[in-house]
Amino acid sequence: MTLLEVKNLKTYFDTSKGLYKAVDGTSFDLDYGEALGLVGESGCGKTTCALSITRLLPKEGKIHGGEILLEKTDLVKLNDNEIRSRRWKDVSIIFQGSMNALNPVMKVGDQIAEAVILHEKASKKEALKRAEELFELVEMPSKRINNYPHEFSGGMKQRAMIAMALACNPKVIIGDEPTTALDVMVQAQILNLLEKLRKELKMGLILITHDLSILAETCDKIAVMYAGKIVEIGTIEDIFEKTAHPYTQRLISCFPNVGKEKILPPAIEGVPPNLLEPIKGCSFYPRCHMGIPICLEVEPESRGLGGKHFAACHRSGEVSHEQ
Amino acid sequence: MNNNNVIDIKDIKVHFDIKRSLAQDIIRKNKIILKAVDGVSFSIGKGEILSLVGESGSGKTTTGKAILQLAPLTAGSVDFLGEEVRQKDKAFMKRFRQNAQMIFQDPYQSINPRNIVLDIVAEPLDVHGLVKTEAEREEKVRIALEQAGMGPVEEYLYRYPHELSGGQRQRVVLASSMILEPTFVVADEPVSMLDASIRTGILRLLLELRDKKELSYLFITHDLSLAWLISDRIAIMYLGKIMEIGKPDLIIHKGAHPYTRALTAIMPQPGVNKRTERVILPGETPSPIEELKGCKFSTRCPIAKDICKEIEPLLEEIERGHFVACHFAKEI
Ligand SMILES: Nc1ncnc2c1ncn2[C@@H]1O[C@H](COP(=O)(O)OP(=O)(O)OP(=O)(O)O)[C@@H](O)[C@H]1O
Ligand SMILES: Nc1ncnc2c1ncn2[C@@H]1O[C@H](COP(=O)(O)OP(=O)(O)OP(=O)(O)O)[C@@H](O)[C@H]1O
Ligand code: SF4
Ligand SMILES: [Mg+2]
Ligand SMILES: [Mg+2]
Repeated sequence: MTLLEVKNLKTYFDTSKGLYKAVDGTSFDLDYGEALGLVGESGCGKTTCALSITRLLPKEGKIHGGEILLEKTDLVKLNDNEIRSRRWKDVSIIFQGSMNALNPVMKVGDQIAEAVILHEKASKKEALKRAEELFELVEMPSKRINNYPHEFSGGMKQRAMIAMALACNPKVIIGDEPTTALDVMVQAQILNLLEKLRKELKMGLILITHDLSILAETCDKIAVMYAGKIVEIGTIEDIFEKTAHPYTQRLISCFPNVGKEKILPPAIEGVPPNLLEPIKGCSFYPRCHMGIPICLEVEPESRGLGGKHFAACHRSGEVSHEQ
Repeated sequence: MNNNNVIDIKDIKVHFDIKRSLAQDIIRKNKIILKAVDGVSFSIGKGEILSLVGESGSGKTTTGKAILQLAPLTAGSVDFLGEEVRQKDKAFMKRFRQNAQMIFQDPYQSINPRNIVLDIVAEPLDVHGLVKTEAEREEKVRIALEQAGMGPVEEYLYRYPHELSGGQRQRVVLASSMILEPTFVVADEPVSMLDASIRTGILRLLLELRDKKELSYLFITHDLSLAWLISDRIAIMYLGKIMEIGKPDLIIHKGAHPYTRALTAIMPQPGVNKRTERVILPGETPSPIEELKGCKFSTRCPIAKDICKEIEPLLEEIERGHFVACHFAKEI
C-alpha cells in the first residue's frame, strides 16, 4: 500500500481579482520510509501544496479538486473535526520560517507538552516526559526543555520545531525549508536526523527546499514544480542525469559548482505566468529555449520515461544532459 | 587609515545583558552576559564583497547590525569612509543611515504584516522624505521590485505579506533595502529562500551595482558555495570571533582553521553523488554565556592540544591576506 497519494490536487486562492490557481493539478505519491524532494521556482505552489495536505490553508485558500489519500483515506473529504484529530498524528509539518513560531515567553518544553496534551490527551507529566524524549530524539540534552526560546541558537530552535512536529509520531512529515538559514553543520545534523527517523519509524518525508544539493543527498525522488504543476518527477539519477524537462535543466544549470569555473550562471529569462488567467499550451513556453509551435497550443501531459520517471514536455526525450 | 575602505571595524564587541531584558530571570542575582560578538575586526574596501559565514548563533547578524548602529556596541569602533560613526553630528548620521542599508535576514519577521507591498518598499523613501509626488514614489517602487525579480509588478503592489510566498517576501525586503541606492549594504542571507534562477538574477544585480557604482557588501550567508562564487574575501565566524579570513579559493580548498575545514568537508554538492557519510563535529557549540578559556573552538576541535584549552590564539597572518586564529594553523 502506498502511504500517501496526491491526485490531481487543485488549490486556489480567492482574491479580489479572481481565483488564483496556486496549485493546479498536482499528483505524486509517497511510500513508507521514502523521501520526496519538492523544488521549483519561488511562488510555484510548494507551500500551498504542503498546506493543502495538512489542511492548514488560510481561509481564502480552498481545495477545488483532487484527492489526498493517506492510507486510502481521502483527507480532502474529512471535516474540520476529523482532520484536527489526524493532523500532527498522521501528517505533520515543519513550517517555512518556523524558527520564529515559538512563543518567546513560554518554556520550549511546555510548548511541546501543550501540543502533546492537545492531541494525545496525555497528562501534563506524561507530556513533559514525552517532550524530554523528543529532545533526545533530536539530539538535544533533555534538560533543555526548561529553557526559553531566546536561550537557543537558531539551529536549536529549528530542532525544537522538528521535535514538535514529531510529537505525535506522524506517518508523514513535511519539512518546508527546514534547514534554510542554518549553517551547514546544523543542517547536516538535521538532515541526518530526518534520515534516521524515516528509516527507524518508516516515516514518509516530503522535503521542500531550493537547495538541489540537499535534495540530491537526502531524497529518493525529486519532484520539480512549475506554475502550480509538477513538470518532472523521478529518482535523483533521472532528474540529474536523464533530465527530461527544459525547466529542470535550466534550474540545475543555475547552481554554482565549486571546483569548476567561477561564473555566475545565467538566470532563466522572463517571469512565471499569471495564475489568475487561463493558460493555453505549456506554462513554461514563454521562457523555454526548446519551445516549438505545438507547445503554444497543446498542454503537454505527464509522460512516462521508464521506471518512475515522468515529465510533462512535448520534447521530453530531447533535453540534453550535459551539465 | 586606508581611504579606499568603506568600512573599518576594530575589535568590536556586542555583549547583551540578558538579565535586564528578561523578566523571568530576575531571580538570578548576577548579571548574565551573552557575548554575541566578542572582538571582531575587519575592513571592507570600495566595491568589495566580504562574506561572513559561520554557525547559527555565532554573531553574524549582530556584527552586521553593530556596524549599522542597530545593535549597541559594547566596545570597539566602526568607521564609515574613514570617519568614526559614533557620536557624529546629525548630518553625518543622516547620510550614514541613507547610504548604509541592511537587508534583514528573516522576511517573516522584518516586514509589517498590515502594510501592502507598495508601502513596505516605499517606507525608506517616506522616512527620508525623498519623493515629492505619489507617481514618483510608485515609479521608484516599481523599479526596485522589478530589479528584485518581482515581475509583473502590478500583480504584487497591492498585496499584503500573507498573500506572498516565502521567496516573494524576501524580494520585497530586498527591494525596500535597495531603493535608496545605498553605497554599503549588509545583506543578511538575502537569497536563502529563492530558487536557483531568481537567486542568480539577484546576485547578478548585486554584482552589477558593485561594478557600476562601487557598492560594497557585507554578505552574510551559510552557503559556502555561494560565498565562494561572489565574494572577494570570506570570513569564517564561530562563537563571536573570526576564525579565519582570506580569499574564497583558499578558504574553500585550503582552509587552515579546523573549523573551516569541518565546514567545507560537509558542504553539500549538487548532482548524483555517492551519499557520503556526513562527518559532523562532535558536541554542541558552547553557549555564548559561558566563560571559555583558551580557543573558543577547543571543545569541539579534532586536533586540540593542551595549549588550546589555556591560551586563546590570535588572528594571525599566515600568508599574505590570509589570517587564521589557530595555534596550529601553519602545521595543517
Ligand atoms: N493567501 C494568499 N492569497 C493569494 N495568493 C496567495 C496566497 N498565499 C500564496 N499566494 C500565492 O500563491 C502562489 C504560491 O505560493 P506558495 O507559498 O505556495 O509558493 P512556494 O512555492 O512555497 O514559494 P517559495 O519558494 O517562495 O516559498 C504565490 O504566487 C503566492 O503569491
Ligand atoms: N537582542 C538580543 N538579546 C540577547 N541575546 C541576543 C540578542 N540578539 C542576539 N542574541 C544572541 O546573540 C547570539 C548571536 O546571534 P546572531 O543573531 O548574531 O547570530 P547569527 O550568527 O546571525 O545566527 P543565524 O545564522 O542563526 O542567524 C545568539 O546566541 C543570540 O541568541
Ligand atoms: S587553536 Fe587549537 S583548538 Fe583552536 S582550532 Fe586550533 S587546534 Fe583547534
Ligand atoms: Mg514556500
Ligand atoms: Mg543571523
